[in-house]
Amino acid sequence: MPTKARGPNQRVSQAMGRIISHIILLGGAITMVVPFVWMLSSSLKTNLEVFRIPPTFIPDVAQWQNYIEIFKVVPYGRWFLNSLFITVVQTVLYMFIASLAGFTFARLRFPGRDVIFTLYLATLMVPGEVTLIPKFILMRKLELIDTLTAVILPGIFNAYGVFLLRQFFMTLPESLEEAAILDGASYFRIYWNIILPLAGPALATLAIFSFRGAWNDFTWPLIVINSEHLKPLSVGLASFHGLYETNWPYLMAASTVALIPIIIVFVAAQKYFVRGIALTGLKEG
Amino acid sequence: MERTLSVRHKLSASQRLKWLIRGGGIEKRRALWAYAFLSLSLLGLLVFWVLPIIAAFGLGFLKWTLLSSPEWAGLSNFQRLLDDKYFWNALKNTFYYVAGVMPGIIISLFLAVLLNQKLRFTTLYRTLYYLPTITMWTAIALVWKWLYSPQYGLVNWTLGLIGIKGPAWLSDPNWAMPAQIFTSWWKGAGYNMLILLAGLQGIPRIYYEAAAIDGANWWQQFRHVTLPLLTPTIYFVVVMTFIGSFGVFAQIYIMTEGGPGQATTTIIYYLYNTAFKYFDIGYADVLAIAFFIVVFTFTIIQTQLQKRWVHYT
Repeated sequence: MPTKARGPNQRVSQAMGRIISHIILLGGAITMVVPFVWMLSSSLKTNLEVFRIPPTFIPDVAQWQNYIEIFKVVPYGRWFLNSLFITVVQTVLYMFIASLAGFTFARLRFPGRDVIFTLYLATLMVPGEVTLIPKFILMRKLELIDTLTAVILPGIFNAYGVFLLRQFFMTLPESLEEAAILDGASYFRIYWNIILPLAGPALATLAIFSFRGAWNDFTWPLIVINSEHLKPLSVGLASFHGLYETNWPYLMAASTVALIPIIIVFVAAQKYFVRGIALTGLKEG
Repeated sequence: MERTLSVRHKLSASQRLKWLIRGGGIEKRRALWAYAFLSLSLLGLLVFWVLPIIAAFGLGFLKWTLLSSPEWAGLSNFQRLLDDKYFWNALKNTFYYVAGVMPGIIISLFLAVLLNQKLRFTTLYRTLYYLPTITMWTAIALVWKWLYSPQYGLVNWTLGLIGIKGPAWLSDPNWAMPAQIFTSWWKGAGYNMLILLAGLQGIPRIYYEAAAIDGANWWQQFRHVTLPLLTPTIYFVVVMTFIGSFGVFAQIYIMTEGGPGQATTTIIYYLYNTAFKYFDIGYADVLAIAFFIVVFTFTIIQTQLQKRWVHYT
């Protein structure tokens, strides 16, 4: 809170305030980090050392082979690739479909536009948990149970991306495409060559949200996938837990590897994560 | 325009159709393109979102175990819900969990206020607080299960350092839910903090300057400037946290499997078991409807209540 320091007393109390703030924030930061450190530390211990009391953060000898073993005792590599495949395919298709629909709602006038857009918005009002069962039945009817297609499909038609990109496209000036129309450019060219290149930040934000959502999603793949070799990491980890309930070094190694891709994306594109938060946060206010 | 119209009269029916599609004035051409662009997206929306929403309100009237063919069951599933003590217990547990998670917003607000100062390392703090929110629930739930281990876990060892003998957490019916709630605080604090921080940064500085000139101290500024102007953001966070936490599932599935006993069986966990373990589709769908009604009702109540405490400028 910006108050102007008027005298030495106030300056001292401001400095005190800052020190106290740092102490609290540091305490919070340690609370946030310790579970991750503990995860990493446990993943490098033997199955004996992990149960030693008092616990230590630095393993006697780092057991790097735990990270190799997890690929042998369960189809971890396969789970990882499944997750990667699901995440990449879902994100790419979602971006294309959502941006094209968002462009259409934002920049083209056509009969029924507002009614159809309201339908999109209406699907956002119903929490996803409500439709788990009907979606499962639908996948059974389509004979897609136990396929990666079933995991990927519903997500790419999520109306949220359409809504977000429509809002963004509406902020771009109309004059952009007027010249293109006079030059005889098709609407698809306008979308692809003029609007999309200007939407970089909005697309990046949505892509990151999609990536995170697909990589971390648990409930839906848990429901539609049965075969071990088709599970994504999130579900695979759960069955790993069922098999090796007390083998914490293995479980922690497996968890650590599962976090790596998302942490890499986070570090590389942090500003888009923050922007996405601000976008959703400001939607109402 | 007149020229195209006169051309139109000379065309045969099939040519006119072609004209409608290719030429036909900019309005029509644009509309056709719009429908073409929208077709895939709209089809997907109808099949994978709209249809399931409609079906969700119908499946509850069926007796259907997936093995047999569906039969009409009328209201019997709804009748069963009212007498089902497991449902009421799950509802109670879910409310307990949600009521426990909500105060976490205060922690997020506190952190956001601290980070909204001119301080060093704010970016680093922000990154660290945000880290748990981007991670996979399965992995996080496994770590916390390990942290909560009664004998070998870091939580009880740390408590032991200050002379407290920690409970058995996840295997203690009284402590399992508080442990779940604490994990949710840890995982969610950074998300709400960032939204609130964005809200705080949107408050114009001039209000604080005016308040400072009037001699308002730190607390008075917070109470009479920050808090009222932040209420729209707080309201948003409250609603989103409520809806999100009401559907709690993954952490329950991994850490406690609804137990010990039924102590952490929440509505969605109960729904999952009913539908995908016992394949009692009709009844599970009634649970989904009940879930929807509760979430919907509370959202309506919150939108009504917000008129009393949310200030829009």
